[in-house]
Amino acid sequence: MKTLYDKIWDRHLVHSEAGKPSLIYIDLHLIHEVTTPQAFEGLRLAGRKVRRPDLTFGTVDHAIPTKNRDLPFNDPIAAQQVETLRENCREFGIPLYDMDRIEQGIIHVFGPEQGLTHPGMTIVCGDSHTSTHGAFGALAHGIGTSEVEHVFATQCLQQVRSKNFRINVDGELPFGVTAKDVILGIINEIGMNGATGHVIEYSGSTIRDLSMEGRMTVCNMSIECGAKAGLIAPDPKTFEYIEGRQFAPNGEAWDAAVENWKVLSTDADAIFDRSVDIDATSLEPFVTWGTSPDLSVKVTGSVPDLSEARDENEVKSYERSYRYMGIEPSQKIDEIAVDRAFIGSCTNSRIEDLREAAKVARGYSVSDRVNAMVVPGSMQIKKQAEDEGLAKIFTDAGFEWRDAGCSMCLGMNEDILAEGERCASTSNRNFEGRQGRGGRTHLVSPSMAAAAAIAGHFVDVREWRFKE
Amino acid sequence: MQKFTTFTGKPAPMFEPNIDTDQIIPKQFLTRIERTGFGAFLFYDWRFGSNGTPNTDFVLNQPRYSNASILVAGMNFGCGSSREHAPWALLDYGFRAVIAPGFGDIFYNNSLKNGLLPIRLDEPTVATIAENSHRVAEYTLTINLESKTVSDEHGLNVGFDIDEFSRQCLLNGLDDIALTIQHEAAITAFEARSGR
Ligand code: SF4
Repeated sequence: MKTLYDKIWDRHLVHSEAGKPSLIYIDLHLIHEVTTPQAFEGLRLAGRKVRRPDLTFGTVDHAIPTKNRDLPFNDPIAAQQVETLRENCREFGIPLYDMDRIEQGIIHVFGPEQGLTHPGMTIVCGDSHTSTHGAFGALAHGIGTSEVEHVFATQCLQQVRSKNFRINVDGELPFGVTAKDVILGIINEIGMNGATGHVIEYSGSTIRDLSMEGRMTVCNMSIECGAKAGLIAPDPKTFEYIEGRQFAPNGEAWDAAVENWKVLSTDADAIFDRSVDIDATSLEPFVTWGTSPDLSVKVTGSVPDLSEARDENEVKSYERSYRYMGIEPSQKIDEIAVDRAFIGSCTNSRIEDLREAAKVARGYSVSDRVNAMVVPGSMQIKKQAEDEGLAKIFTDAGFEWRDAGCSMCLGMNEDILAEGERCASTSNRNFEGRQGRGGRTHLVSPSMAAAAAIAGHFVDVREWRFKE
Repeated sequence: MQKFTTFTGKPAPMFEPNIDTDQIIPKQFLTRIERTGFGAFLFYDWRFGSNGTPNTDFVLNQPRYSNASILVAGMNFGCGSSREHAPWALLDYGFRAVIAPGFGDIFYNNSLKNGLLPIRLDEPTVATIAENSHRVAEYTLTINLESKTVSDEHGLNVGFDIDEFSRQCLLNGLDDIALTIQHEAAITAFEARSGR
């Protein structure tokens, strides 16, 4: 009578006593340049070591440039931050997949791609979108820098058990509706803090039918409705994705691992604290219009007016969003013009995302009014996309083709929106200033972003005339 | 970690829902590798215009809220990114506590680990406190973590919940890494047992 979450929790319980948080073992600790320097410094001050450098892996993603990598960084402080990570990894014996490596990429793209992410693991990283790894049936969540230091020192975390939340998505996804629209639809339905204190398990035929890339997109945005983590039970698709990757088990160890992973699912009679059912056949491509990820509408719709707000807090969010986003209630979504398009981020920068966007871009040119870029999630994906001819489709159409990193998902490097610029973005957060001070972010799927880049405004990708 | 027992200070009202960590400390300051000095950048894009001059209508720039030390916020405060720079910035600026109807999970945790006390109260009570801090001259609140209460000099006295372990850590300024290391034998045994 246990949920998948309960089972993973139980497998990792090191110590528990009444009235205190439990001690949970961490199987994989992923690190990057932004949330670690102070943690390493803390270790040094206390004279502590990294307990399991062999379970710790680093790459660089947040603050690095995505072009002209052979030149010194324009930002000396970012350069120092990256250099600090290099020195720390060297000092504490942690493998680092630096900018000169084909494996380098956004930390949550890197982990699964290298076969580090396995079902049933506990995975943490100083980044809230660690929930991505839940697509493999791993319990994965973001932590702060103090907790990064705690995991360095002890390979454990003090945790309080979360509640169980099941989101069941059933039915065949209509043409042009993607995993991104599934998660935007879910967040729209349950609200921005609808899952606070819960671990979500996504289930149902729609979720089963998604590729691993699609499942990662769904789990990635669990944090945007406040969830501690998102989980999808592993199945043969999961195993097939992992098999043969750099850090995947092999030979007999592989067979044993698969046996062990197969039992990872929620018991039929397990009880969830909360559940929600979503009908996939009713979903459409979504576009966010406000400054939180739950403020979205179907592409065929318009910006809601105040009468549609569900409560007083939503009224405040609506009013603030109208002002900041420079849009009017009742404005039709497909009449909103964009200045920029960003295809990338740990939500939508995998090979399948790039294929979807390239299908739309093939044979077209980016609108004169739009500056568009594609930032692959890893250098390996970049190479694959070049080999498959996707890069050429993008560059022929006038998209910039960059090196891997977080880029304009959070704009820590030069990839930012100017004040007032409006962007169709495949990333995960549309908060004020997220992509640059005064910048206006609309979250969409990769194909919707590509279509907006070409049309110069949002369009319903279901009506796109695809060229061969 | 800095201890927290009782504290009296001036509240500043920012009673808006969903104030995310991107607002608390914008990304352009996350390249710094220190733990200190983030107070100067707290709510930067709200506090300052694009040319760097202070926005006079932003609450923390109003003279009556100078040296405010308790932030009174709307629901889901600190949602979004896991950046611990958010509580660091609040503490460095001079805040010791945040009162709100609810918090983003990671922010809540990060705050506890730094001695910034996040207090959950029901929405009407938070609204009243926000209103009082706005209306009553020289308004102060007293937060008592021993008795788990928030009170003022005008009759407000409400209790709040916090898990007992976090409360003890705050009251005593305990380092939770040191606490976990006490279980070293259990960790080693777990590793042996599970083949890690
Ligand atoms: S791509 Fe965006 S959300 Fe993902 S890890 Fe990077 S900054 Fe965070």
